Amino acid sequence: MSIHSDARTPRLYGLMAEFDSPDALVAAARRTQEGGYRKFDAYTPFPIEELHEAIDAHRTAVPLLVLIGGIVGGLSGYGLEYWVSIVAYPLNIGGRPFHSWPAFIPITFEMTVLFAALTAVFGMLALNRLPEPYHPVFNAPRFALATRDRFFLCIESADAKFDTAATRRFLESLGPREVTDVEP
Amino acid sequence: MNDAAIPELSGLRRAALVVGTLGVVASLAGAWLDPAQFFRSYLVAFLYCAGLSIGCLAVLMVSHLTGGGWGVAIRRPLEAGAGVLPLVALLFVPLLFGLPSLYTWTQAATMAADEVVRSKQAYLNVPFFLVRAVVYFAAWLVMAFFLARWSRAQDRTGDPRYADLMRKLSGGGLVLLGFTATFASFDWVMSLDPKWFSTIFGLLFLGGQGLGAMAFAIAVAYLLSSRAEYARALKPTILNDLGNLMLAFVMIWAYLAFSQLLIIWAGNLPDEIPWYLRRISGGWNVIAIGLAVFYFAVPFLVLLSRGNKRRHRRLAAIATGILIVRAFDLFFLVAPEFSPERITAHWLDVATLAGAGGLWLTMFVRQLGTLPPLAPNDPDLAGALARKH
Repeated sequence: MSIHSDARTPRLYGLMAEFDSPDALVAAARRTQEGGYRKFDAYTPFPIEELHEAIDAHRTAVPLLVLIGGIVGGLSGYGLEYWVSIVAYPLNIGGRPFHSWPAFIPITFEMTVLFAALTAVFGMLALNRLPEPYHPVFNAPRFALATRDRFFLCIESADAKFDTAATRRFLESLGPREVTDVEP
Repeated sequence: MNDAAIPELSGLRRAALVVGTLGVVASLAGAWLDPAQFFRSYLVAFLYCAGLSIGCLAVLMVSHLTGGGWGVAIRRPLEAGAGVLPLVALLFVPLLFGLPSLYTWTQAATMAADEVVRSKQAYLNVPFFLVRAVVYFAAWLVMAFFLARWSRAQDRTGDPRYADLMRKLSGGGLVLLGFTATFASFDWVMSLDPKWFSTIFGLLFLGGQGLGAMAFAIAVAYLLSSRAEYARALKPTILNDLGNLMLAFVMIWAYLAFSQLLIIWAGNLPDEIPWYLRRISGGWNVIAIGLAVFYFAVPFLVLLSRGNKRRHRRLAAIATGILIVRAFDLFFLVAPEFSPERITAHWLDVATLAGAGGLWLTMFVRQLGTLPPLAPNDPDLAGALARKH
């Protein structure tokens, strides 16, 4: 409720609607999606299976990153062993060839898993732009309830269709408990 | 009641009957022409069919223990597969006539010549071999019998007691199955080379059976899915679970197969290493590499993709591929023992597999036809049908 905001030049982060039940939120998210909004997000105390589809959370790049991480890890593990055993410090072990690939596989496997797992964790954090010390949604007055028993839907002002007055009317038509401004 | 019950499978049943009959006739002719080769080929065919039934029993017991929507979706194919065990016991009988030509430890001359083999005589002798086979089949048949009986009673009455009984039997039953299948693999396959041993072999064999059963159940479920009442349980998330389980079996098999190779390669002992030497020379290495590629690398990579797991047509195609490669897996365990110098294949390899496999499949479809498509009183059925996708 900033005194500086007006309908023509939105200086808000977005508009936040509060719902009482997961079903109401999922229905609202579906209608927001159908209403042509693309930059919006939902906040809930627990995961809701249908919500994923309702807000059309598209595929993320994490699986691809993990695949690349795994391949890089496997190649570097095998490459290190190859370099050590054949190039840098060849040792005759039990008369076996220097390039004894069966012995290299366990390390290659472990390095694949290690790199894939680390890429998954850090790739997810990077794609979510975490850690993020400040996020405007916490400016919504009752947003703390998103970790308890309320369900929130926020349409961001960065959306092409966003218009403070029209979007507020739209959100109010979804039957929320209340709609509030979110300061940037 | 059998043919009418599942019209989708009547084509499969007819094909199985025709191929099976032709295979049996050809196998009989081959048994008369070249008995030694017949038994070698027939051992692979028997192991293939036995593996499907034992694998179905194992996966069925796992699903009774864990519950879940994936179990509901393939419970009937698994039950019908385990229900073919009486035929598998019957298919074991011809092998008894081939023991002298299959297993060198049955001959007194081998026993006398080799001290290592002689020291195993307390285990490797024909009477004890037969007693053990009877024990294995008795254990499997009794478990399959009670699971089938309680399953039918559950269908009829809906009494929750039966789900509990099946779960309790499955807990101890899996332990029993683990031991019996391990020793069966030692007796029937590992003892082909009486000097060779690998403690991982039983689990490796059981993993292969589980993979075969999982692939078979997924392929059959695809044939059944044209029926609306059955397709209800085959939602994308459940197919995803089934695909992941198949992927898990692919990885278990590869993990155990590689562990066995690594341990024996690292030990490099004269009693153990010849088993691998036979399999990487004389052209057999083609099958060794083929298994690494088509039994592990390709299924592993294609099953990583969600898109391949969530579309039943693709998943069934992958499963069918695995079922084909499984025949090569068993062939690779048996055939090099008889022709270590160079790779050979015989028309009887195909004929015996067609004969035994055709008979197995015919009885499988018959069994499946006697059961309603989804277990109507399965405690997990409601949950599986309530899934939105």
